[in-house]
Amino acid sequence: MSALKHIDEYRDGALARGLAATIAREAVPGRRYHFMEFCGGHTHAIARYGIEDLLPSNVVMVHGPGCPVCVLPIGRIDDAIRLATRPEFILCTYADLMRVPASRGTSLLTARAAGADIRMITSTLDAIAIAEAEPRREVVFFAIGFETTTPPTAIAIQQARDKCLSNFSVFCNHVLTPAAIRAILGGGELVRVDGFIGPSHVSTITGTAPYTALVEDFGKPIVIAGFEPLDVIQAILMLVRQVNDGAARVENQYARLVTPEGNRIAQRVMAEVLTLRSSFEWRGLGDLPDSALRLRDEYADLDAERRFEIETIPAADNPACECGVILRGIKQPADCKLFGTVCMPATPIGSCMVSPEGACAAHWSYGRFRTVARQPTA
Amino acid sequence: MCLAIPILVEAVLPHQMAWVTLGGVSKIVSVALIEEVRVGDYLLIHVGYALARLDPEEAAETIRLMHEAAIPGLAA
Amino acid sequence: MMRHRRLDLRHGRVDLSHGAGGRASAHLVDDIFLPAFDNPALARGDDQGAFDPPPGRLVLSTDSYVVSPLFFPGGDIGSLAVHGTINDIAMSGARPLHLAAAYIIEEGFPFADLARIAHSMGQAAKDAAVTIITGDTKVVERGKGDGLFITTTGVGVLAPGLDLSASHARPGDAVILSGNIGDHGIAIMSTRQNLGFATDLKSDSAALHTLVATMVRTAGPSLHVMRDPTRGGLASSLNEIAQTSKVGFRLDEKAIRVRPEVAAACELLGLDPLYVANEGKLVAIVAPEAADALISAMKAHPLGREANRIGFVTEDTEHFVQVATSFGGNRMVDWLAGEQLPRIC
Repeated sequence: MSALKHIDEYRDGALARGLAATIAREAVPGRRYHFMEFCGGHTHAIARYGIEDLLPSNVVMVHGPGCPVCVLPIGRIDDAIRLATRPEFILCTYADLMRVPASRGTSLLTARAAGADIRMITSTLDAIAIAEAEPRREVVFFAIGFETTTPPTAIAIQQARDKCLSNFSVFCNHVLTPAAIRAILGGGELVRVDGFIGPSHVSTITGTAPYTALVEDFGKPIVIAGFEPLDVIQAILMLVRQVNDGAARVENQYARLVTPEGNRIAQRVMAEVLTLRSSFEWRGLGDLPDSALRLRDEYADLDAERRFEIETIPAADNPACECGVILRGIKQPADCKLFGTVCMPATPIGSCMVSPEGACAAHWSYGRFRTVARQPTA
Repeated sequence: MCLAIPILVEAVLPHQMAWVTLGGVSKIVSVALIEEVRVGDYLLIHVGYALARLDPEEAAETIRLMHEAAIPGLAA
Repeated sequence: MMRHRRLDLRHGRVDLSHGAGGRASAHLVDDIFLPAFDNPALARGDDQGAFDPPPGRLVLSTDSYVVSPLFFPGGDIGSLAVHGTINDIAMSGARPLHLAAAYIIEEGFPFADLARIAHSMGQAAKDAAVTIITGDTKVVERGKGDGLFITTTGVGVLAPGLDLSASHARPGDAVILSGNIGDHGIAIMSTRQNLGFATDLKSDSAALHTLVATMVRTAGPSLHVMRDPTRGGLASSLNEIAQTSKVGFRLDEKAIRVRPEVAAACELLGLDPLYVANEGKLVAIVAPEAADALISAMKAHPLGREANRIGFVTEDTEHFVQVATSFGGNRMVDWLAGEQLPRIC
């Protein structure tokens, strides 16, 4: 393949094998290391590059819930579909959400086929442009994502205010990473996690500071890692070393893009426009306090929930679906009875199968040919 | 996760925008979240916005540490 | 050709009368299609085109073209419609002979665009030494057709002894790819405003039959399968073959060539080049002992300069397509249900 600077250097196979050999040498024989990669993007990278094939058998990766598509409750997608099907409404969404199954066999894709005006965009700049181009239509942006994706939404809200757009609003579903990590660590279930690979691009916004409290409270190391395979492998080595030392620190493997203070401008913009919700439902994790954002009262007119009086009706997952425990790392995809039988990327039942970086989808797409039985996580 | 990659700034444009290129592909992105963007910067781009500036010295140091930690000569 | 006042090709537009089969339809054919396709069969003015079949088994193929935008870097719906059906014929190993072309045109479509597309088709056919000997035009009301849809049907002739089929891949066969992947899909995507990127990349749309002729001469019956990986990309073609032949594939990621622009665009959009469409590439599955000679022969042809062995066929009851990553690990290349969508996550 070609040379993409600051990307390809971190995909060097020979260097990967060399680092993996070091991990194998330093991982204490007979001791098991369970590391959770929080971020769906890390799940995807691990599967895509077959990183688990390189690790010694006593270093096991546990897949976490850091996939904003996966943790979005079905009820919220139902809300978006209801908005989109209203006459004169245009719903703008990132393409990731198009195929997520909502209630009664619907999805944004089927809603569009039935005539709803749903537009796939790759930037909030597009949503603002659509609102400007179609002044007689009501344009709603379906906002999802962790801290990485939130500042662009905040800027769009400010732009809409500056341009006095009266036909634009945001349906806000932005969620926060530290709350989810705290829920997993404090969850009380038998998930064994000896350390975390911390999120890459969330951390460019938040900085490394928010993880300090987690490390202090729970005594497990967190290594912020870049998104490329060599970043992940180096981070695993750093975690092995901390565990061997009995340490629990925040380390930053992604120093080329993550600073301790993060992006101050982004933090300021978010604080100006958005504020904490007291509680928010996460699919698979239940209601988590201080885990999500909504628009500030000063921006109520741009808040689709208030503007259109949205009252979310919670929708239950299929009772046989194990996404909840898989998201928390307690079970693996192959442990779910629905995996590969009823639940597949073409016909996803639960959230873990919907997004390409959900644990089940990643395993299905990249890893299900592995006949070697996985070790149990408990 | 958040799909984002570092891309080279080729031109700074008005209204807090920039022209960036990667491997012969160009985009116009918002740099409203970055202070003092310069031509030659590598910016992390996500959903059409630059989120962070890449520090080339830290990058070089990261690569150096990787080479230092790796057991050499494994061409499995 | 009847005498009539010429169509105003610069400013005029197709209207419903041009699809009614009457005088206006004839004018459309006379002024736009005949000059572009100029050949004796068509000039006879019949509803059908007759030809004497050369000896050998005949092969028939049809395909519809609904690409948007109609004009894109490296081609247009017209040249695509010619290349695509020629390629479908050629993938059986057959030599393409003639095409039929049917047009569904939306009311209001500019003559200038139609003439441009017709000219492009005529040129593509001429360059490929294939004649468009019959056709049809229909016009639908404004709003009922995306500008223009084209269906081309092609007929070709197969040399004796050739029997390529998606069911003929055998464990141990070599998998050969004619060049780099993803050009067409990314070129098309670069025209989509909502994807927000620009590139000089052109579609690789091309007629592959002369490359195929070289391959058939070199490898003959050692050629088991050929496929042009269009929609769904290389991954979809290989998954289809795996299912039909009941085999698996093991590919080497390092051997699959991708242009920098394609790699970059895929990084930006979160796409995998293995699933991106091609319109001028083929994958061939050939008995292993014939692979080296075949690759040499392909490299001597302008459309095969980057030909490369990318893997081999395996015994596999699950029919998985696996890729050895540059890391030495393996990953699967799954058969997608729908099309790949760009992602932010």
